[in-house]
Amino acid sequence: MITTIYVPRDSAALAVGANRIATAIEQYAKQQNIEVRIVRNSSRGMFWLEPLVEVSTCEGRVAFGPVTHDDVASIFKQGLGLATEHPLYLGLTENIPYLKNQERLTFARMGITDPLSLTDYEEYEGFSGLRRALSMESSAIIQEVLDSGLRGRGGAAFPAGIKWKTVAATPAAQRYIVCNADEGDSGTFSDRMTMEGDPFMLIEGMTIAGIASGATIGYIYVRSEYPHAIEVLNQAVQIAEAAGYLGKNLLGSDKSFHLIVRKAAGSYVCGEETALLESLEGKRGIVRAKPPLPAIEGLFGLPTVVNNVITLATVPVILARGAAFYKNYGVGRSTGTLPFQLAGNIKHGGLVEKAFGLTLRELIFDFGGGSASGRPIKAIQSGGPLGTYIPEAQWDLPLDYETYIGLGGTLGHGGMVVHDDSANMAKLARYAMEFCALESCGKCTPCRIGSTRGTEVIDKIVSNQNREQHVVLLKDLCNTMTYGSLCAMGGMTPNPVMSALNHFPEDFGLTTSSSTQ
Amino acid sequence: MNAIVDKPTINTSQLIHEILVRHADLPGSLLPILHAIQDALGFIPSDSVGDISLALNISRAEVHGVITYYHHFRTDKPGRNIVQICRAEACQSMGSEQLFAHAEKHLGCKTHQTTADGFATLEAAYCLGLCASSPAISINDEVHARVTPEIFDALIAEIREKA
Repeated sequence: MITTIYVPRDSAALAVGANRIATAIEQYAKQQNIEVRIVRNSSRGMFWLEPLVEVSTCEGRVAFGPVTHDDVASIFKQGLGLATEHPLYLGLTENIPYLKNQERLTFARMGITDPLSLTDYEEYEGFSGLRRALSMESSAIIQEVLDSGLRGRGGAAFPAGIKWKTVAATPAAQRYIVCNADEGDSGTFSDRMTMEGDPFMLIEGMTIAGIASGATIGYIYVRSEYPHAIEVLNQAVQIAEAAGYLGKNLLGSDKSFHLIVRKAAGSYVCGEETALLESLEGKRGIVRAKPPLPAIEGLFGLPTVVNNVITLATVPVILARGAAFYKNYGVGRSTGTLPFQLAGNIKHGGLVEKAFGLTLRELIFDFGGGSASGRPIKAIQSGGPLGTYIPEAQWDLPLDYETYIGLGGTLGHGGMVVHDDSANMAKLARYAMEFCALESCGKCTPCRIGSTRGTEVIDKIVSNQNREQHVVLLKDLCNTMTYGSLCAMGGMTPNPVMSALNHFPEDFGLTTSSSTQ
Repeated sequence: MNAIVDKPTINTSQLIHEILVRHADLPGSLLPILHAIQDALGFIPSDSVGDISLALNISRAEVHGVITYYHHFRTDKPGRNIVQICRAEACQSMGSEQLFAHAEKHLGCKTHQTTADGFATLEAAYCLGLCASSPAISINDEVHARVTPEIFDALIAEIREKA
């Protein structure tokens, strides 16, 4: 009997030696004359267990992790799936609490399938959303997305269906779907996992968006820091084209959709939609003033839907199962699920897809197991470099868009970066300003100059040069940046700075009373 | 991607010409052209700016502006190996600053500099998407996670051996 063994090909697995493990398994099996089939699947998203090796058994897949080169022989000696006494044995993968307690709608196939196998994709509901969409009027598809309540998962949380509707309603000879895959926020990797681990889902989502809004060309703008994702996407596009899921006459219909993968060039601000469009046009990634909205005048001046990877990747399940199914998850106006990403100083870092409404404490402790260092957690940054630092007093609030906006912060892309008590919040605040100075496109003054002045003012506060006056100056500067910047880069850099100052004044050399507003 | 090696046999202007012809009909082709040049040569030679601007019918200033705007593009020949260390927040929380200091000392060069023997160029990266396995680094586009100073030294020794 041939045993199937799964060794992930996700970057996070490769980065801890998954290729070496796959080779070792192959060699050992050959030596011992054991027939094995090695599948390079996507990652389950339990990164502290990578490389996570799974073995198929008649009860299901069992897991071992984190597997090192030296463990391979001992797992084989104990009989692969029968090696229940092995110290790395984790039991049935599906029953690992971290996975079992999730609500994986968008990430349903993640870790299970071979990313480039169409057969696998179709077996797990793949392309059923597209098939249904092809049988619908475009306005009905848009209505379905509107009814689901799906909001932009890139961070801005704008209702996805409204963008589509505007593009569809704008007369033009050509419309575009642009996928924002410039996932530059520290603490986020769900886009990367999707592109590397389930690329057909993104292709299907973009194709449905194209059919709904009358766009026949799509671009995926992927950051240059993701070479593996670019490679997988290019292969997936070719496979989908050859099978009739992309190109002319989709699945024999009269609809067409062409997809082009474009490599970005390391500019953080190109994650802002108008800067991204400039970059796609071959220019410097300078932010455009809005209006006109990209939905009316976008790429090459034509109506363009710009959606994040996860937004588009969530469309197939909504079309396949219906808006009501998706809307049933979540709270208030935050419907559905969010693939949260637990990152930084965390014991069990990885991907946790849950319906909106759980708390940060549940996420960080029940799933994440607390800090990696074992020290107390000091602050959690929610939503990337432009997100607020959340102190413990706020860890029991529900994770939904409105609650976090109420805190003056953002859920953003769902990335949560944990810092233990060794973190110096003044240093992190300074870093936020420094990063803004490095990445500012330079178009508007508050961002371009404010960020550099910000680092200087924080230095003066920390080194106690007229500390009290400089705190006033920093608050004033942040106010100018918040309300005077053209885009979120300068407009939201004050989030980490002010939250660090307000919640952790002692790190700036202040007493608690002197920092309050 | 393998380490960048010297390719003296390649005629640079011929290569750039071929790249420009290949991208002639592509809308918004400047970034793909620059990527193709850098992928082939390891950097974008300043004397290619004129050819690119002629081919795309844009000014030299625009081409120069794009090359210098994006962090990814280099205008100087880098070392034979590109070492990038992530210094974004998630990696900072797991000690990437200390790893950076170690790397500078171990390689004997500062950030955005190349070692005297041309062995490696050290760069800062702002997120490699491995934030749950910090600190993360990339060597010649191959990623490594949970990197300690010891692992770093071993990885460098490995590429030194290969050379």
